[in-house]
Amino acid sequence: MQQAVIRMKHERTSIGARGALALALALAIGPAIANDRTGGKLLLTAGVSQIEGAAGGGLTPWAVIGGYGTEGQFGGNVFHTRVATDDYRLGVTGLAVGISDRVELSYARQRFDTRDVGAALGLGRGFKLEQDVYGAKVRLAGDAVLDQDTWLPQIALGVQHKRHRQGDIVRAVGARSANGTDVYLSATKLFLDPGLLVNGTLRHTRANQVGILGFGGDRRGSASVEFEGSVALLLHRTLAVGAEYRTKPNNLGIAREDDWWDLFVAWAPTRNVSVTLAYADIGNVVIRDDQRGWYLSVQFGF
Amino acid sequence: MRSIMLVLRLLALSIGLASMPAADAAERPPMDPAPAHPELRPVLDAFGGVPGLEALMDDFMAGLLADPRTRPFFENAEQDRVKRQLVEQFCVILGGDCVYSGRDMREAHAGHVITAAHFNALVEVLQVSMNRRGIPFRAQNRLLAKLAPMHRDVVNEPPRR
Repeated sequence: MQQAVIRMKHERTSIGARGALALALALAIGPAIANDRTGGKLLLTAGVSQIEGAAGGGLTPWAVIGGYGTEGQFGGNVFHTRVATDDYRLGVTGLAVGISDRVELSYARQRFDTRDVGAALGLGRGFKLEQDVYGAKVRLAGDAVLDQDTWLPQIALGVQHKRHRQGDIVRAVGARSANGTDVYLSATKLFLDPGLLVNGTLRHTRANQVGILGFGGDRRGSASVEFEGSVALLLHRTLAVGAEYRTKPNNLGIAREDDWWDLFVAWAPTRNVSVTLAYADIGNVVIRDDQRGWYLSVQFGF
Repeated sequence: MRSIMLVLRLLALSIGLASMPAADAAERPPMDPAPAHPELRPVLDAFGGVPGLEALMDDFMAGLLADPRTRPFFENAEQDRVKRQLVEQFCVILGGDCVYSGRDMREAHAGHVITAAHFNALVEVLQVSMNRRGIPFRAQNRLLAKLAPMHRDVVNEPPRR
């Protein structure tokens, strides 16, 4: 156990260092290459970083490609997100790169702090469940922002390959596997008149609590198709408010899983920074019901 | 592992499909550069009518010349003509009693290499000008919703469908 604690401390340092390096790179390289190869999109039209690292809302991926690069350009960002519910803390650090407004590659490390529940489950107080999420997304058709004369949305296909770092523990709670790959199809449309963004995502997944509790379970071992929706109202060039809903599988017998929703406000004063604040409800998580609380995400990029 | 390979193959396939060139790019006729929308007459009022549009264009052109992203396209242009034709174009679109005397958007921009980034830069300068003129955000977006599709004629690098 002590070894595990030491290992975790070491890993925290290394991801902290990696995050700091990525941030320094983004801040240093971003402005230095701020020429006609970067920064062509309009403010907020690349979304923010969702909790698995893809460009989107807070909870759900959108069909937009992360970063401010348009066709022939590239963009990138790093982000850190914290969610504090009554009994848990979730921290996510990650990055995304967008290439020619066509392909997005992303990585995120999720760290779920079980706090007192960890003690109750015999894992130790403050035990942290961690997973890595490797993402890729391709824009298939449409332009969510500029094609205002048609109902055709921007459509993208994405994958999120998730690798849990404590396979033994998630298998002990009933998960079939420590790894899983979600495949999703997103459609996103901005209706400039009246300034409303709408997104719908279908996700093929067997992740329990997005994978923090592993993949598949005793109740259901196979994947299901889940729906994720977002609406956002533009209040200003730099400001949007909205709501999201994400349905979830319910694979584990010992831990009922609820749908998630949130209400958010996202602010992008410049192309280099955005801040998203939300009130989120993630329902029942293992032995604690009605988990609600604040979500704060900061993104730096270009 | 097999599912990862399947996913990778799907991704490769979709990249291939998505990057297929538009066969009919050159054959599509140019869009109407000034489609009249009588229902947007209240938006024209929010812009302060034709005098409001004229004042907006003075600010807009100054912004375009001040911004390094857009300056190269306008510094050698006949700026007074461009401003006059923009007033006419916006006025017609917003249901005003004007006549647009300019060319279609494809022809008008054919002399320049224009990317999506250039197009968005112009939109941003316009948004800043509209904010400076105190035009309500909702009215701005109702105009922009009619201008945005013109990217298909304005952006010519790479050619749009």
